[in-house]
Amino acid sequence: MKLSTYNFLTSKSIRGVKVGYPLKLVVSKQDEVEAEFNPTFIERLLPKLEWSTVYLSAEVVGLQEDIPKEFSDDIVSNQDVLQKLHHLLLEVDILEGQLECPETGRVFPIKDGIPNMLLNEDEV
Amino acid sequence: MTKSWKKYILWFAQEHVEFRLAEINSLAKLFKLQLRILSSSNEELLRPFWTVELPDEESALKLASRSISLKCILEHWSDSNNFGDFHSSLKTYLKTNELSQQYFHKDLSFKITVETYNKHFSQKEKVQKIETFDYLPLKGDVNLKDPSVEWWYIEYYGLDPTKVPETPDAILFGRWIADGQRHLIKDLSLKKRKFIGNTSMDAQLSLLMANQALVQSGDIVLDPFVGTGSLLVSAAKFGGFVMGSDIDYMMVHAKCRPSRITQKTREADESIRANLKQYGCEKRYLDVLVSDFSNPIWRDSFKVNSIITDPPYGIREATEKICIKVSDKPDTRNEDSAHYPSTSHYSLQHLYLDLLTFSARHLVIGGRLVCWFPFHRDDYNDGMIPQHECLKLVSNSEQPLSGITSRRLLTYEKVEEYSEDAERSTKGEILEFRPRYFDSGLESRQERRTRRAQLREIGRLEAIKRGKVLDVKDGKYKKVIDE
Repeated sequence: MKLSTYNFLTSKSIRGVKVGYPLKLVVSKQDEVEAEFNPTFIERLLPKLEWSTVYLSAEVVGLQEDIPKEFSDDIVSNQDVLQKLHHLLLEVDILEGQLECPETGRVFPIKDGIPNMLLNEDEV
Repeated sequence: MTKSWKKYILWFAQEHVEFRLAEINSLAKLFKLQLRILSSSNEELLRPFWTVELPDEESALKLASRSISLKCILEHWSDSNNFGDFHSSLKTYLKTNELSQQYFHKDLSFKITVETYNKHFSQKEKVQKIETFDYLPLKGDVNLKDPSVEWWYIEYYGLDPTKVPETPDAILFGRWIADGQRHLIKDLSLKKRKFIGNTSMDAQLSLLMANQALVQSGDIVLDPFVGTGSLLVSAAKFGGFVMGSDIDYMMVHAKCRPSRITQKTREADESIRANLKQYGCEKRYLDVLVSDFSNPIWRDSFKVNSIITDPPYGIREATEKICIKVSDKPDTRNEDSAHYPSTSHYSLQHLYLDLLTFSARHLVIGGRLVCWFPFHRDDYNDGMIPQHECLKLVSNSEQPLSGITSRRLLTYEKVEEYSEDAERSTKGEILEFRPRYFDSGLESRQERRTRRAQLREIGRLEAIKRGKVLDVKDGKYKKVIDE
């Protein structure tokens, strides 16, 4: 799972959960893959991201020094930061770990890089 | 508006004819091209060629750079329905278009391709046809393999092979400009793909879908019923960053039963990502997830440029969602045992309306939803097509599947921002496909079984009459051979 995907995932489908965001990310195995650096893609993505979660995930994978804590419009024009964001969001691949619902503590496991967001029948 | 138009001939493959117009219009939109289709009657649109007008050659090259239905594009030099007018209009073209002279330079090798549609001619006859062009000021050498200039001479003898006319219905001449992208059909063929399943979409249709979805470099493309990711392959090929989700854990992890007859178990390295890697698009793979489409998992700010999907019809893949089931049996699960949530039927009505609402919510304005819609041909009416206030239906093309069933490729464009009130503004009377598929053939299953049993009984009695004896080993009646 890429951290760009993580930024958009919620557990709001669990019965009784209102926001379900951000999920608590626990990583037990991560990998680095190569992704295409596409300026259009990253510029479109930035405004949709929840910045606090971007920073949070950078902390989890140990890349918080690369990422500014607060979002500012300068980021879009700073090639160096864009490259680092590209690396954080698209090239860090979470292979094993889990996502935890902030309200109920329900755990969604990540296996072979694929998060399992399925709920049990008594949770929907 | 002073605008100069140039005439071109689009030469198509005669396959998935109904999808052509939707594809060409989508590509014109994708590249922001001005396009005027001169062949506009229904009969003309079914022909393997259209004459069109474009502002310049660059536009023609753009069209060819993406089109799957196009074989090639020719610069139009002459066309007519009779030989006399055809040749005189070609002569006029040569006289009035000075630029055409540059292609007759002595240093440029050339080739004339003769295409006779719906009528066979021998090589000798084709050469004779070329000789009728003795007025062309050809100076260069003939080069059949790699010519600098290539002309196409087309004689079109209609579409009906049982009624081939004496003289062609249309005669065309043009200079070849570019080939379409039909080579991709072979390049992405399922036959050689790493990971396929029972419902993998064939390369041609999935490429057409990506074109209709206007996929371009830097787009995010989502398939919420991803399966083996066959639709993501073509979207990624055209530059899209792709992601998908599916309820089937085994499928997404590529651990499900293999579909190839020669294959007993899945290989360890099969995956959707491996498919993209096979075609050099791995760098545009985002993610796949296991999730139930009927339960939302995305934040509202999650926006994608296109949604390309083939929802399960309930025939080869089950239509299901997670649902509670009440059972009298005691619960034998304990905390350690793996749990597989029970699923229940996800009616097509709900599935499509959920899909439209999801698209209205998560597409960017101008983004497209491209999806298949199965139906029974007797039941079809336009009111069945699912509709949503925020989505405009831009095309609807049919692909017959069998005598009685069919599916339509629907393309929607998001025209209005989604609001919660819009949630209820979906409509469409979608009928379940599965029961109709299995139960309402020309004869019912019961009738078919009875008829077949009667046939078998007749066969058995005839066999006995002719002195054959039942071989218990294979259940067949055989001649008794004396040893």
